Amino acid sequence: MEWDWDFVWQIMPTLLEGFKITILATVLGAAVAAVIGLALAIARRSPIAAVSRTVGFVSEFIRGTPLLVQLYFIFYVLPDIGIRLSPLVAGVIGIGVHYATYTAEVYRAGIENVPRGQWEAAKAANLTTRQAWIHVILPQAVPPMIPALANYFIAMFKETPLLSAITVLELMNQAKSIANSNYRYIEPMTLVGVFFLVVSLISVVGLRWLEERYARMDD
Amino acid sequence: MIDWSGYLSLILEGALVTLQLTVMGSALALVMAFLAGLGRLSRFFLVRALATTYIEFFRGTSIFVQLFWVYFVLPFAGFTLTPLQAGVLALGLNVGAYAAEVVRGAVKAVGREQTEACTALNLSRYQRMRHVILPQALPLMLPTFCNNAIELLKGTAVVSLISLTDLTFQAQVVRAQTGNTLIPFTTILILYFAMAWVISVSMRWLERRMTRNLDGVRI
Repeated sequence: MEWDWDFVWQIMPTLLEGFKITILATVLGAAVAAVIGLALAIARRSPIAAVSRTVGFVSEFIRGTPLLVQLYFIFYVLPDIGIRLSPLVAGVIGIGVHYATYTAEVYRAGIENVPRGQWEAAKAANLTTRQAWIHVILPQAVPPMIPALANYFIAMFKETPLLSAITVLELMNQAKSIANSNYRYIEPMTLVGVFFLVVSLISVVGLRWLEERYARMDD
Repeated sequence: MIDWSGYLSLILEGALVTLQLTVMGSALALVMAFLAGLGRLSRFFLVRALATTYIEFFRGTSIFVQLFWVYFVLPFAGFTLTPLQAGVLALGLNVGAYAAEVVRGAVKAVGREQTEACTALNLSRYQRMRHVILPQALPLMLPTFCNNAIELLKGTAVVSLISLTDLTFQAQVVRAQTGNTLIPFTTILILYFAMAWVISVSMRWLERRMTRNLDGVRI
């Protein structure tokens, strides 16, 4: 079987349709991961031991188990207890929560990297806790986090093909259905690989730029 | 009333397949990590270019896409693989690419003065790597290798999509036959987590063992 360019152009619109969903899932998933990750990081710092321990264990559990199984769990188990989600929503929640446990670590490291002296200086300058967070801690903690967060969002983008397993019609699923109905695997599967590779390589360049721009803030 | 004992043995059979995949995949990943990681530090441009291409290629797309490509596209090129072979190949090559960066980073983290001392002692390049650099670099690699191994374990769930009867596949079988979703998926989540825990405990043990002989070498 040989590579057929006519077939490539014929299937391109369908693949692009799927690619749009892939991008949508990545953006929504990244938003979920960014918000829930922050919540997890704050809960992890809670002075109440029961809260911080529970959150720690749950994050550990989510990070130690496969995303695919978590997606199945959300997609198949939740409807049994009355929560019906569309495949895309289930996928975004699954992928977002999975990566939230990773972004939480980034937030935690970023916050802990702000020297104690800054907190003390904020106190000495008579700032309230809120002012200390907004004007002193976060402006120093956030920029170094950006490259690390971006790194996880790229990783998340690469994981979106898993959503095809819970019937989200993203790039991989479109490619699979094209492959199955035409019984031609070479073009669709290779194109999916090329799509992901191209976006990843471009984002690596973007990541380098972010690192140069933000990573060195401490001196 | 459902007789769970039969289904439990089905799931345990799946656990065995997952275990097999993890062990064989890790072995391949380890070999690829050292080949590509040291290859990137080679004197020869061609070796460096080859190693870099391998690493960027496999880190640029997800394990899912690679697995489908290996399983569905390679047969057209004349390589027909069983699902197990395809799984081990894709997992090993994918995680190997990530681990290669770890090898490179750890080798580069060993101080320059060590290399200079080797030159002064007239050691050959091989002797330098084998007796001076690697013994110091290995303990640096282990914590990240542990994460890589857990990523590989999580990656094995994807092989269920090419009909390999691993944990995730068996859970789907149980779901299809009993209509119960909570029990099979919770069981396999716990099993995956237990396996990840075993990996991290044994890696920590290995790390302690390897650093024991290095007492006094590091400051």
